[in-house]
Amino acid sequence: MNERDLRGLISKVKAGKMSRRGFVQRMAAVGIAAPFATQLLVHSGVAMAQSKDTYKPTKAGGGGPLKVLWWQGPTLLNPHFAVGTKDQDGSRLFYEPLAAWDAEGNLKAKLAAEIPSRENGGLSADGKSVTWKLKQNVKWHDGKPFTADDCIFNWQYAKDPATASVTIGSYQDVIVEKVDQYTIVVKFAKPTPFWADAYVGTRGMLIPKHLFAEYIGAKSRDAPTNLKPVGTGPYMFKDFKPGDMVQGVINPNYHQPNRPYFDSIEMKGGGDAISAARAVLQTGEFDFAWNMQVEDEILTRLEKGGKGRVQVTPGGNIEHMQLNTTDPWTEVDGERSSIKTKHPTLSDPAVRQAIALIIDNKSIEQHIYGRTGPATRDFLNNPPRFRSKDNAIDFNVDKANDILEKAGWVKGSDGIRAKDGKKLKFVYQTSINQPRQKTQAIIKQSAQKAGMDMELKSVTASVFFSSDVANPDTYTKFYCDLQMYTTTMSQPDPQVFMNQFTSWEVSTKDNKWQGRNITRWRNEEYDKIFRASENELDPIKRTAMFVKMNDMAVQNGAVLGIVQRPTVSALAGKLNANISGWDNNTSDLSDWFKDA
Amino acid sequence: MSRQYVIRRLLIAIPSLLGISLVLFTILALAPGDPFEELATNPAVPPEVRAALRAKFGLDDPVWTRYIHWLFAMMQGDWGFSFVSRMDVDTLILQRLPVTLMVIGSSQIIAILVALPVGVLAATRPYSVFDQVANTFAFIGFSLPTFFTGLLFILVFSIQLDWLPFVYRANISATGWQFYWEHIRQAIMPVMVLGLFQGASLVRFVRSSVLDVIKLDYVTTARSKGIGERKVVTKHVVRNALIPVVTLVALQMPIVFGGAIVTEQIFRIPGIGSLLISSMLANDTPVVMAVTFVFACLVVLFNLIADILYGWLDPRIAFR
Repeated sequence: MNERDLRGLISKVKAGKMSRRGFVQRMAAVGIAAPFATQLLVHSGVAMAQSKDTYKPTKAGGGGPLKVLWWQGPTLLNPHFAVGTKDQDGSRLFYEPLAAWDAEGNLKAKLAAEIPSRENGGLSADGKSVTWKLKQNVKWHDGKPFTADDCIFNWQYAKDPATASVTIGSYQDVIVEKVDQYTIVVKFAKPTPFWADAYVGTRGMLIPKHLFAEYIGAKSRDAPTNLKPVGTGPYMFKDFKPGDMVQGVINPNYHQPNRPYFDSIEMKGGGDAISAARAVLQTGEFDFAWNMQVEDEILTRLEKGGKGRVQVTPGGNIEHMQLNTTDPWTEVDGERSSIKTKHPTLSDPAVRQAIALIIDNKSIEQHIYGRTGPATRDFLNNPPRFRSKDNAIDFNVDKANDILEKAGWVKGSDGIRAKDGKKLKFVYQTSINQPRQKTQAIIKQSAQKAGMDMELKSVTASVFFSSDVANPDTYTKFYCDLQMYTTTMSQPDPQVFMNQFTSWEVSTKDNKWQGRNITRWRNEEYDKIFRASENELDPIKRTAMFVKMNDMAVQNGAVLGIVQRPTVSALAGKLNANISGWDNNTSDLSDWFKDA
Repeated sequence: MSRQYVIRRLLIAIPSLLGISLVLFTILALAPGDPFEELATNPAVPPEVRAALRAKFGLDDPVWTRYIHWLFAMMQGDWGFSFVSRMDVDTLILQRLPVTLMVIGSSQIIAILVALPVGVLAATRPYSVFDQVANTFAFIGFSLPTFFTGLLFILVFSIQLDWLPFVYRANISATGWQFYWEHIRQAIMPVMVLGLFQGASLVRFVRSSVLDVIKLDYVTTARSKGIGERKVVTKHVVRNALIPVVTLVALQMPIVFGGAIVTEQIFRIPGIGSLLISSMLANDTPVVMAVTFVFACLVVLFNLIADILYGWLDPRIAFR
């Protein structure tokens, strides 16, 4: 089925000649999964079927206290300063964006009256503006009304460099205008297919103008409301001790009917992941625990107690291996891994192919990560519509040996292959983290069988992930042959995610190693496709572009996916919580409830 | 005379605290890590934001200017500003301090309550069965590190028996008796872990110091005067034997604070110890600096208290 056939079918659905279900079935027949098929419909302007509302309680309150455990507690509660997800999660108890991302990567209206689309006139035909209609009669916790002025204020607050907000990236390049008391327009300089950035999800939480107006810019840190949030969310602020405890009580004037279910919320911080899992799964002291970075084997054992369960939510985060295209062992103009050099051995496509063949993703999933790390070869895995179908995991040491042999890499007396005096010896680095060291060991073992020697190096996480310009062991410097870590994809749109292979993002001494292209792989065609995808308004063509970009990076061996890292949470037996891999853990807190 | 001594000791403390602060500051400045490292791995945050934040908090200045800034601010009572929480460090510490003092205070009381009677009894009947048993337990007690006994307690009392909660919550919403009961229930394990560890080593000190005194001539004289054994021990022996023990308790206080760091982390007690650990993990240097400096002050202070107490309890010791 090619692009033309697809378009034909979609227009049939649009004209009403074919049912949605019929369309999905036809797609399934040709091997396109249901979520992907429905996505095709959405992006072609057919309204998305409302995701089934699973909320059961018929009145607000009455659910008792909700006790959640974040083993790293929130340290601040202003969403514009929220450095880590823990801070965003904490702020989300009180603050809300216009719209949130659900688990499938679709938008769900929060403070917006509706999700902008072509049909309701929210999206302009030229892709240069979005009109948001705000929900009316929403009140801040202190009783003041929520209006378009608040939205405008958040834009001014976040884009001011002196405020030093972490949300600046989402607001600095747009212009926001007030149309009326409950309507705003977000304008872009260029046609922008991914318009749902400002005011959406983790970076869209809105703070009240009447309490922050005096604290814009350099005075931002003095605002008393930084520590005593006043928002529109399901819970009202009660108490906050940084790193230890956030407490809230039910908001009786919450703008969604029959919500929230719980009378109060308590977010406790501190400790470690394993004991947090115990407190939910084994002793039942808490109802929910966040980010279960615990081996699946242990989680399964704890679940046997029957007091709780583990919930795995797919997202875009990926544990991957990077292959250096430059020479990390030669210094040019004061930097190693300079783009003026070429890697002595990894530049041979045969060597890259062989490395792809010796990574045993399936074993890594099975023996190390379990449910918390499904094997994959792709870099871009989710939402499912962007997943390539062409990169099967092929673990085959014999084939790797064959390829190397044919390319002239001959085994020496020490069992290591060499060509023209250059040996296949690699330094393979990652951060100190038990599953990573186990993965290194598995890969080293199969590399040996293929005549490649891997020297394993592990760096303390605080050094590896730091931006310290003076330290040679940071991941952005990449002063070794291979490295492995998890890169995060915080939005269901891959635009920002895929810039990691563009030539202008190369991490170099000139940009203080802050570029996002760490592998330093450069390809003119990739650059061209990326540029086109930035302004391509046809969702089907754009999706195809991202799939192509993923394939280019993976098939050229710049990057190799190892396992996906979904969101893993522990839930008490009766708790129902919608978690999204594209938004904060607490993004749908208003809809959490317990079965009676 | 004694007042002069105290003043002199306080003056000597100033250069040593200065030295300590300089060493702490340099080590923290040289340590790898970046408080805004989470921003570095987040693609949605442009690198300029991180650069702006670093500039705003003065992270790009040379170490010595940062130290001078810190020192002058400190002298004016400004403890600094947390990068991570964006609030004043002294508020952060004051929020946490009561819990730590409560836990450490109660564990010290437990330690003394256990160690005194056991140590005295063991010394009055040296090498009896009671003495042997007490000694054995004391050895086990101070050989096991607190993080181990802490985990062991959790495993036994929370997970196997399900008697006690292992997550400490400073804000308990219950009222009246329920409130106190909940507080005691959650404090039992951490207080016991710390208290028994301290108590175990104290038992040994009390025993040996009572043994030293009990053989002295004046005790024999007291006995030969026909004073009851009970009175001899309480009035004549223990009083004198406790002089070195009191100093020891004071000198051990900083170690207790150190032990509390680990225990707080295990039981999620929101004290300054867990604040220190989370700040170190987040590379929040101003907080780490302030908390370690508080510890340093405590060491100096308790040393001073020990010396003064010693002289006060034993007039033979002269201050010079």
